[in-house]
Amino acid sequence: MGLGAQLVASPLPARSQMASSLGFHIILACFGIALPAATLIAEWIGIRRGDAAALLLARRWSKVMAVLVAVGAVSGTVLSYEMGLLWPGLMGRFGATIGIPFTIEGIFFFLEAIFLGVYLYGWRRMSPWAHWWSGVPMAVAGVLGALSVVAANSWMNAPAGFTLSHGRISKVDPLSVYFNAATPYQTPHMVLAAYMVTGYVVAGVYAAGLLRGRRDRYHRLGLAIPFSLAAIATPLQVMMGDIITRFVASNQPVKFAAMEFVARTGREVPEYVGGILLNGRVYFGTAIPALDSILVGFSPRTRVIGWDSVPPDRRPPVPTLIHLSFDVMVGLGFLLLAVAAWQGWWWWLHRRLLLTRWFLVPAALGGVAAVIAMEAGWTVTEVGRQPWIVYHVMLTSSAVTRASGVVVTLTVILILYAVMTVVSIGIPMLMSRRWRAERPADEEAERVPYGPPPPPAMPRAP
Amino acid sequence: MSPSPEAIATAAVMFVALAAYALFGGADFGGGIWDLLAGGTRRGAAARELIDESITPVWEANHVWLIFVLVLLWTGFPPAFAAIMTALFIPLSLSLLGIFLRGVGFAFRHTAERLRMQQLTGAMFAAASLITPFFLGTVIGAVATGQVPVRPAGNVLAAWTSLTAVLTGALFVAACAYISAVFLVLEARLRGHQELIRYFLLRATGAGVLTGALGAVTFAELSRSAPHVFAGLTGRALPLVAVSIAAGVAVLAMIWLRWFPGLRVTAAIAVAAVVWGWGLAQYPDLLPGSLTLAAGSAPSGALLAELVIAGAAALTVGPAFGLLYWLQQRRLLTHPESDTELRRGAQLAAARAGGQPPTAPAPAAPRITTSLVLAAVAIKAIKDLFSRPRRR
Repeated sequence: MGLGAQLVASPLPARSQMASSLGFHIILACFGIALPAATLIAEWIGIRRGDAAALLLARRWSKVMAVLVAVGAVSGTVLSYEMGLLWPGLMGRFGATIGIPFTIEGIFFFLEAIFLGVYLYGWRRMSPWAHWWSGVPMAVAGVLGALSVVAANSWMNAPAGFTLSHGRISKVDPLSVYFNAATPYQTPHMVLAAYMVTGYVVAGVYAAGLLRGRRDRYHRLGLAIPFSLAAIATPLQVMMGDIITRFVASNQPVKFAAMEFVARTGREVPEYVGGILLNGRVYFGTAIPALDSILVGFSPRTRVIGWDSVPPDRRPPVPTLIHLSFDVMVGLGFLLLAVAAWQGWWWWLHRRLLLTRWFLVPAALGGVAAVIAMEAGWTVTEVGRQPWIVYHVMLTSSAVTRASGVVVTLTVILILYAVMTVVSIGIPMLMSRRWRAERPADEEAERVPYGPPPPPAMPRAP
Repeated sequence: MSPSPEAIATAAVMFVALAAYALFGGADFGGGIWDLLAGGTRRGAAARELIDESITPVWEANHVWLIFVLVLLWTGFPPAFAAIMTALFIPLSLSLLGIFLRGVGFAFRHTAERLRMQQLTGAMFAAASLITPFFLGTVIGAVATGQVPVRPAGNVLAAWTSLTAVLTGALFVAACAYISAVFLVLEARLRGHQELIRYFLLRATGAGVLTGALGAVTFAELSRSAPHVFAGLTGRALPLVAVSIAAGVAVLAMIWLRWFPGLRVTAAIAVAAVVWGWGLAQYPDLLPGSLTLAAGSAPSGALLAELVIAGAAALTVGPAFGLLYWLQQRRLLTHPESDTELRRGAQLAAARAGGQPPTAPAPAAPRITTSLVLAAVAIKAIKDLFSRPRRR
């Protein structure tokens, strides 16, 4: 029983389950946040210029969005259950604070789902501009919902807006909970990330199509619209990342110490690029002298707090993972910035799209890079906060459920999420195969979650 | 100590959301149950299509009600939420499994091409429609019988496997089937489908009688297992129970007389009244026997925030929902521009005559494209998975 009992008693299975659920959901959430905007831009071009290719793109993206939002709604439900199933200690004590941003998020999601239904129904039922406007609440609700749910996560990093007496919350200030110190940093970071992920993934699909020789206007627009969205978000994101890192250095110095391998508090702290930490020493890393101090305080004399400032049991586990995740996120961010700048520069000079193979190959891979960067970012913020679930207020180990069976649910979740991944990649794939199959009747009769039934005159898809 | 007005208001809002979930979510689950019972692929085709058409556009919005209930419970009454989630870890996980399978089955079945695949996803959807209401029912039964302690040391198996809990689970399944059959009668009527009207009228009657019988048995059982709640149901909440019974009988009469106006509302009252009756009967307890509303509610700041949010939700979500239902009921096509025309306009190969198999001319695969192995291998694997007929 030794190992098994230990495993059950530790929060590790619960943390793994939460991590896999969140890591999966966040990708779908990105599409819920940013795909409406891309779709609306395509539709706008389509109506404004009478461009059939743009309209077709918008109509098809809205169908893909329906599938992704439907799956995202399921994984979102799983997460809100898991908040209670896995962390009753957290919810029992702090449910009253963390629940407020969650409730707001629930309403925005509700609105988004409803307007997605309206939007899907509205194709061919409303006048073009009325239909376009029916999609706007979807895009707005997507962003506001993201702000709310990330505000809940920010609260865990910078808890505020409550008074504790005898281990119970006696007073709650909802505005301070929602607008905690970390909210203005974390929420734009995530919204920009969502635009980058969606933009680069969708653009990547059409870049792959262009690489295969489908060089029509449909594919060029399909690349240009989402790529522009992502390319605008990328430099903003790099700036935001720089600002947010300095905030972490002052707000959560121990997390920052793990991100940058700062063992001892001091000045002229070197910046490690890459490297793994073994027995207190950094191997395979490149140290740039004093750069870390310069980045934190614009001067090599800046004092940076190391993890020696807290006892070992208050330090985050596996600093190597945190450090490498951080480096991966930053590195991929700069690579994407380079690709975006390249296209932007070309467009500025020539007023037409750069469609060489040298550009299209990295563009096709940009989506994967953006997803990895985002997952790495969440790894940094979540693992970096450990051993706290609410920073400096509650330990993860005292929040975890006392019910046995998390190992079982973890296993089930891992299997089911593997299935979900296949489904949510596979369905758009199937749809695009059907769209290319040149049997328009199939597309006409296609059904998606939330969507209307096929027109009666058309035959049903086989 | 009596509970604060904002705690009562929050609890009331939560019970409104709970009743909405019982109605709309319940109708969805019921749809899945009738789908399951519709018989063979050909025999059940018409019924399945009706079920599908009537729940597709709103199904997910329906499930957001559950999220609202969860979030209101955890924000408004954190200790109760933590206790329920710990003690009833198993049935809640199972109900979550059901919600998950349903969602995936639903997202998938519309796009699955092959019949076998459609059957598989359909079966997933239908099975999940049984699992979720049953286990949620056992959770309610466990709470009502006062078997959930405030600080559970872990799973409390006895709480949700008691006779009352299991009966409540069965009652929930029957109620879902009942409310769904009533709604489906009206959907069939909207489409002028005489045969399906008869089909679902019969089932609504059957499910109605079964629900009534199960309700009576559960009620009798409550007198033994949860005397406190039973006293509430026969005392303070008696009017609501009476309304529910009266509405239930009225629905059966209306079905028998084929008097359709008001059928939907009456059936809804029958379900909603019993949900509120339970809430009223349990008042002022959150967890009967261990936690009162006053002791278990959040500070007033949080409760007021929830009430403001709920008000804002009613103002925004209400009209939006109305618009969606209105669009769903209006089944016209006014704008003629079809996908086919768009395709032609975009010069994406006009429809070929005869519907030949898609012989896309193999594009000269550039070598660098093959270096996109990551993407390509994944695509291939998924495509193969879908195109290979499933062997059993």
